[in-house]
Amino acid sequence: MTGMGAGLRRFLIGLPFVWLGVFFLLPLAIVAAISFAESADAIPPFKLDWTLANYRALCTGCLSVYTSSLALAALATVLCLLTGYPVAFAIARAPGVWRQLLLFLVMLPFWTSFLIRVYAWIAILQPSGLINRVLLASGLIEQPLPLLYNAFSVTLGLVYSYLPFMILPLYGSLSRLDESLIEAAADLGAPPRRVFLDVILPLSLPGVAAGCLLVFIPAIGEFVIPDLLGGPGTLMVGKMLWQEFFDNVDWPAAAAIAMALVVLLTLPLLVAQRFLEREDPA
Amino acid sequence: MIARRGGGLFRLSALFFGFAFLYLPIALLVLYSFNGSRLVTVWGGFSIRWYGALIDNEKYRDAALTSLEIAVMAATIALVLGTCAGFAMNRFRRFRGRLVFGFMLMAPLVVPEVILGLSLLLLFVAAQSWIGWPASRGIVTVTIAHATFAACFVAVLVRAQLTVFDRVLEEAALDLGARPLAVFWRVTLPGISPALVSGWLLAFTLSLDDLVVASFVSGPSATTLPMAVYSSVRIGVTPEINALATVFLGIVFVMVALAGWLMARQERRRLATATVTA
Repeated sequence: MTGMGAGLRRFLIGLPFVWLGVFFLLPLAIVAAISFAESADAIPPFKLDWTLANYRALCTGCLSVYTSSLALAALATVLCLLTGYPVAFAIARAPGVWRQLLLFLVMLPFWTSFLIRVYAWIAILQPSGLINRVLLASGLIEQPLPLLYNAFSVTLGLVYSYLPFMILPLYGSLSRLDESLIEAAADLGAPPRRVFLDVILPLSLPGVAAGCLLVFIPAIGEFVIPDLLGGPGTLMVGKMLWQEFFDNVDWPAAAAIAMALVVLLTLPLLVAQRFLEREDPA
Repeated sequence: MIARRGGGLFRLSALFFGFAFLYLPIALLVLYSFNGSRLVTVWGGFSIRWYGALIDNEKYRDAALTSLEIAVMAATIALVLGTCAGFAMNRFRRFRGRLVFGFMLMAPLVVPEVILGLSLLLLFVAAQSWIGWPASRGIVTVTIAHATFAACFVAVLVRAQLTVFDRVLEEAALDLGARPLAVFWRVTLPGISPALVSGWLLAFTLSLDDLVVASFVSGPSATTLPMAVYSSVRIGVTPEINALATVFLGIVFVMVALAGWLMARQERRRLATATVTA
């Protein structure tokens, strides 16, 4: 490092390092410790111990919740990619002035309340909601469709909420794409489908990977969406953790659920770190 | 350009359907906030009665003030932490613990909020029994929690801006004999000010928007706005929430427009000075 004072350097690294160590890493260690504790009728409601009972209960009772969370998150990620790719592509090809405005419009919902955007779907999907009333009035259906409080509404909510996180990294890759490569392929007679599959798609893969990770990882542990849009049949890990903690006041069980989720997320997190590191040229 | 014929139509429809999907629910929310009927799905004529009900609702008013207080403090702390961290990651290529540091900065961006909330609550409970602090949970604990994850978002913005920042300015100032601290304070920070403004605003919105982490780390003394909204929404859909959402949207729109205007003005000024000095 040239010319930067040693004291300044120590401060710039040290302050956030210590803060994140105390308020991010240390808390995770405490969760790990309490996941081996015993639930007790006390304040706080646990007794420190070294029991595997919480994990044993997790293995016998809740594995299906983890698999269904993974499945829903994966489905939402794929749907986000399929809807987000054409939008990101169209924005990247738009004229300069439009591009900024469209990007801004992608990000704007992100600045408004997440809770309220999820809530908006209740009024649209419920039996007397907009979609059902339009379908009933047009005579396409006789009975209102069960659109709310099931896997469909949870998936829809996930896709809707996380779509901007898919579009932005995709746009990042697609806007850096060298136009002359596409023109060269087209001039040499490649049909549009080949141009896309052999030139555009491979070059946008870093964006695809980053977008998928940004959607998939947080979606697994999502709480608000399964809670407001899901039914009793669509339990997700985040909702289960919340229920153990707030409804059953079983802190050690909630800690065990959290630790299992952390272990599950470690691999995708490490992959994500590799991708984010590469974004930063030296 | 790929597929000149048909390609344009495809891209236009992608934009149309994409943005319709993103904005239709929000548009309906705004529309129904002016609905005279109590039933959220039946149009009962134009009315602003829900805005009146909202103003009279003390629960929301108190919660909004609590949320604003927390968001201002958390965004300011996050700005300081995130700027330091973004700077450290961009400028110091090698230092002990850089890998761990990078991981701690990236993980809160994607780790589920339930884990952040639970872990911080357990920290506060443990700290209370070890050192007697925090005596009770409320505004302070929520502020610390929000500042922690928001700082990581600020760091991303600062880092991105630093990669396009022209180092020649710093080197010139150093060559002319300025101390490193003065260079940092008077050359680098003003140079990345767009990232600082948008970083603070982002941290502010993240804090204002958070339900999950606040629910874990708050106590009975502090109810934030999302917590108040959540408790109403759980019971059922009410038109007052639509009015509240519309007010929120209005504020966000004004704030974003203001930030855009400020940045455009700064850019014009920078260009003007550049032309004068050139």
